[in-house]
Amino acid sequence: MGEFLHQLASGLALGGVYAIMALALVMIYQATHLINFAQGEMAMFSTYFAWKLMDLGEPYWFAFFATIVASFICGVVIERLVVRPFANAPILASVIVFIGLSLIFNSLAGWLYGFSVTSFDSPFNGRPWFGAGYMSAHEAGAIVVTLCVLALVYAFFRLTPLGLAMRAAAQNPVSSRLVGIRVGWMLAIGWGLAAAIGSVAGMMAAPIVYLDPNMMGGVLLYAFAGAVLGGIDNPFGAVFGGVAVGVLGNLIGAYLVGDEVKLSVALAIIIAVLVWRPSGLFGRRLVARV
Amino acid sequence: MADADSAPGALVAIAVAVFALAFPFAASGYHIYQGAQVLILAIALLGLNLLTGFNGQISLGHGAFFAIGSYGAAILMVKFGLPYWAAIPLASVVCFIAGFLFGFPALRFGGLYLALATFALAVATPQILSYKGFDALTGGSQGLTLAKPSVPFGIALTPDQWLYLVCLACAAAHYWAARNLVRGRIGRALVAIRDQPIAAETMGINAALYKTTCFGVSALYAGVAGGLSTLAVGFVSPESFGLALSLAFLVGIVVGGLASLGGALFGALFIEFVPNIADQLTVSFGEGAKALPGAIYGALLILVMAAMPTGVAGAARAAARAFAPSRQAKVEKGGVGVAVKYEGKEESP
Amino acid sequence: MINRRTFLQSSAVAAAFAASASSARADNAPGVTDTEIKIGQTMPYSGPASAYGVIGKADLAYFKMINEQGGVNGRKINLISLDDGYSPPKTVEQTRRLVEQEQVAFLFNSLGTACCASVRQYMNDNKIPQLFVATGASMFSDPQHFPWTMGWQPNYQTEAAIFGKHIAATKPDAKIGVIYQNDSFGKDYLIGLKNGLGPDHAGMVIKEVSYETSEPTVDSQIVTLQGAGVDLVLYAATPKFAAQAIRKTYDIGWTPVRYMTDVSQSIASVMKPAGLEKSKGVITAIYGKDPTDARWKDDPGYKAFAEFVGKYLTPKDLTDANAVYGFGTSATMVQVLKQCGNDLSRENVMRQAANLKDVVLAMGLPGIKINTSSDNFSPIRQEALASFNGESWEQFGELYQA
Repeated sequence: MGEFLHQLASGLALGGVYAIMALALVMIYQATHLINFAQGEMAMFSTYFAWKLMDLGEPYWFAFFATIVASFICGVVIERLVVRPFANAPILASVIVFIGLSLIFNSLAGWLYGFSVTSFDSPFNGRPWFGAGYMSAHEAGAIVVTLCVLALVYAFFRLTPLGLAMRAAAQNPVSSRLVGIRVGWMLAIGWGLAAAIGSVAGMMAAPIVYLDPNMMGGVLLYAFAGAVLGGIDNPFGAVFGGVAVGVLGNLIGAYLVGDEVKLSVALAIIIAVLVWRPSGLFGRRLVARV
Repeated sequence: MADADSAPGALVAIAVAVFALAFPFAASGYHIYQGAQVLILAIALLGLNLLTGFNGQISLGHGAFFAIGSYGAAILMVKFGLPYWAAIPLASVVCFIAGFLFGFPALRFGGLYLALATFALAVATPQILSYKGFDALTGGSQGLTLAKPSVPFGIALTPDQWLYLVCLACAAAHYWAARNLVRGRIGRALVAIRDQPIAAETMGINAALYKTTCFGVSALYAGVAGGLSTLAVGFVSPESFGLALSLAFLVGIVVGGLASLGGALFGALFIEFVPNIADQLTVSFGEGAKALPGAIYGALLILVMAAMPTGVAGAARAAARAFAPSRQAKVEKGGVGVAVKYEGKEESP
Repeated sequence: MINRRTFLQSSAVAAAFAASASSARADNAPGVTDTEIKIGQTMPYSGPASAYGVIGKADLAYFKMINEQGGVNGRKINLISLDDGYSPPKTVEQTRRLVEQEQVAFLFNSLGTACCASVRQYMNDNKIPQLFVATGASMFSDPQHFPWTMGWQPNYQTEAAIFGKHIAATKPDAKIGVIYQNDSFGKDYLIGLKNGLGPDHAGMVIKEVSYETSEPTVDSQIVTLQGAGVDLVLYAATPKFAAQAIRKTYDIGWTPVRYMTDVSQSIASVMKPAGLEKSKGVITAIYGKDPTDARWKDDPGYKAFAEFVGKYLTPKDLTDANAVYGFGTSATMVQVLKQCGNDLSRENVMRQAANLKDVVLAMGLPGIKINTSSDNFSPIRQEALASFNGESWEQFGELYQA
């Protein structure tokens, strides 16, 4: 029983990180109907930014919020400069651009900070939770942060005028323009928010997986699996999917097939879900009229 | 690429063929090796272009089929002693079956979901290859080593040159086959399914059969390329088939030009040589910048996409169109309107 | 791209290559002139193993230092280090470029088990030395079948066998669990451990779990080991995952006896991120001095290393175990070149590499000596066991010789 709870707990903790990344993916998908393959590398780069701030002596929370702001700005800039020109190009051209972006961020991080593993502080230090050490303080904190981010995103979209404008711009750009919404800027803000959310994911992941330029690769794949499982156009679904992938991955790896095929398990989950429910568990079902 | 029936197109094709034939006799072993790699990549890109360019199914996981072809050929040659000219076709048949089977669940989801599923396939491939249950066959993480094929009948060629010519023959054959496929009924059906799936079904095209078969055929191409690559490199291990390979294929077909068979060659040249160029560009940054080539390559990708969103072939087509308005006017004046203008669509034989 | 210039260049090179292959005199040997010896290597400067690129950086810096001191026997060493992204097909391409286009004398310190394996046959067929490959896979110490390929560091199986012998002697009733990386590095450890335990103790290993380098964490694997009732664990993991494993073991309140591969012994990259307190008691095998260990502060070998880093590398490389590694392999290479004298033909280079007698390295532990012979292609075969005391690696017992 103890082992089961341990697997469950570590799955939940990591699943929280996957969930935040999945949320960032959903943000961009909702705004642009594109999947940003560079999200992981952008999150990693943001985390290095935070690390550099702390290296220069700044306290954790200052670095945390400064990084979020900086990532937001960076996301907006990238959308305007790099993504916008390809709005009318074939989808695959955008995919290539994302691949290019992720290469750039990865290499830049390696050049600036080296490829060796560094530690990243966590704001949640202290004794492991629940005495028996099911979850470290940081892992519990990461789950709390996930829920906070989800709540904030929900509140933003449902309760603020800007959130409403963004939803309108994504759903019906033509009508939105007629009503006076600057659709272009809505896209840019969407990217900025996704980058900011991604940076939170990176900063929550780094104390667990340790900071190095290649740290987000595996996380991104599981985040994809989570977003697909939950429905790529539904934030709640994405969060649920991310956590589910974390937990399922651990449990299936530990009890069913062995840990060395965990990635294949993620692949199998993606395919199984897509075959059974192509829009994910909580996604909107699309019905095409002929 | 411009319509190959026209005079400029045919000239280009002949020039390329002559260069390709003369090349191994003029270049050194290392360059011949690179040439063979370009041809191998071109075959894989042809296959992927059939699937993604002509049939609209995005695959980010063709590295997996390449790996099946590679390992399949290696296992057949090393563990079962088959000669390469039997091992590679056999391995590619296995790839066809794998691709065909993967095509079934792919029917249910399309577009970006398929991209995600194939992306996961590409990431999981090295893990599946190093699964300890397969170690006896695959040689595990130590991989399998094989010798280069020897030149038959004592012809006066080096093994490098012979290998290059084998790859050239395969590439030519596969290009010819793909061209016939695309120009005929099947090609039109594939394009119809890509552009107007519902109308296509209404007209009686069995979309499911065409789509899964297309997946199978493109996997077969990737498998042949993989088998040839095993011969060229002489070594297979799980590390050879990571995500980077699948992404390189995608870059290749987009840069070369979607739905353009001639573009496969440009794409192959790009993914083979541009990383080396990026390497050399960073030398000027000094010793500490060994990590930068990736960033330069990424920046080049973005710039190339900005300059040519429809790829090299698309740009060539646009240029050809810009230079040949008088020809079109002549045809129109003819009255019967026999020339079919491929307007705005990314398709050509 | 092929243009007329490279075509002419490569034909000229091919002709020169053909001409030089016939003679073994020093001034005709490939890659050798009166003032320079050109050598090559492939390193993962990008891709999943890019953390090891520091080794290449250290190699380049060391030869720069030697060149500034006048070179070896009047010749400067020109190391051409190319990136292969840890991908064997790319390694084959870069190696052929080094051999056929750059015309290097031999390859030195290329990194990666699969990468070096992919060119081993080519190097041996063409009789080109493949020296001091940066991997501990035992397959590279096989002078009978591959007389032109030589390793350098203690190989993984040997090290794991040392652990096995120690465990069998000190804790014969332990229930052993192993977490290993799912590639030849990790698998070599598993084999070596069982060899060291011996046939009558083979049943001691009750659980083996593996992980892929693309995984974010190994937390789940650690939990599985604990759940299986393991009370002695071997971490056959690279630095990032070893740090995660140590931290998770502590966090779940589990206190098995812990052995760890020497590949992850860096205090700065592993023990510190895991937590110095949490890493107390971990046992590893060492053959070099850890630069962060205060006990070497006044040691002349450490001082030489620190001076080298200060002048030719960046400050953060001082605590990087990869820099120490490159420092050691390059010093060994210089020793071989010195022994060659004026005959730098490939045959003689290989002969001298197989003729190292009691060579001592600046950053090697006291007592470690490098020895090679025509049937011994493992230069370093001695290691000492050490236990982490929260600050440094405390050696215990005597040097083991494999």
